[in-house]
Amino acid sequence: MISLLLLLFLAITAIAIVRSRDTLTAVMLTGLSSLISACLFLLLDAADVAFTEAAVGAGISTLLMLAALHAVAPVRPQPRRVAWPALIVVLLCGGLLAYGTLDLPPFGAAENPVHQHVGNHYLEQTEREIGVPNVVTAVLASYRGFDTLGEVVVVFTAGLAVLLLIGRPRRKDEERDAR
Amino acid sequence: MLAAAGIAVLVSMALALARALLGPTLYDRILAVNMFGTKTVLFIALVAALVGRGDYLDIALLYALINFIGVIALLRYHEVSGVSESKPGPPP
Repeated sequence: MISLLLLLFLAITAIAIVRSRDTLTAVMLTGLSSLISACLFLLLDAADVAFTEAAVGAGISTLLMLAALHAVAPVRPQPRRVAWPALIVVLLCGGLLAYGTLDLPPFGAAENPVHQHVGNHYLEQTEREIGVPNVVTAVLASYRGFDTLGEVVVVFTAGLAVLLLIGRPRRKDEERDAR
Repeated sequence: MLAAAGIAVLVSMALALARALLGPTLYDRILAVNMFGTKTVLFIALVAALVGRGDYLDIALLYALINFIGVIALLRYHEVSGVSESKPGPPP
């Protein structure tokens, strides 16, 4: 019931983001939609995902988008028209995703695959095999260590690329211009 | 008691959302987003009380901090962009 209401809020916000002509309004509404989806994550008992959504979605993303808005020239609102191919592709993709959720096992059931395979092994053996009290940390940093290493490499490369593209000299020039 | 509080929070969320969507001026929207963030904090605290998990309150605190930072960033951006549009003005 509450989830449905929050989902309705989310849908209304998403439509408003698409229809808004002003970029600043769109940025604010994006932060708002991030707050709503974090509430949904919390209702689904995914506190860590909600934590990340709050920090990244509502916090850092809003700041980064505001910084980007400040860096580029002010965007003139374009005349509104409907791009039919894009709308069809989006609707098709969303429909396929919604169709895919029909195959998902029931939420929270004990015989779901996620509770059957390696999860029990991790819960039972982490203390003996790794010796880390937090199971999530043990899974991320030890059992799936190579996966996490790959993620770190991706994030590092992206940060390096951003620094090379909009690195220090440009920023100093901008500061001088601003003064 | 908790149900009444939950309904109150959800209704005020809806009202804040309406103001954020309709708000004619920028300040209406900023205030509405800030208020929605506050309602989110209350919502999380309510969920924590309902589920009986005190550690959710940490997330509520984090939301309060992020909400504050977001609004400061929005107002700062508005101030800086407004100054650069109208006149050169003194350095910030």
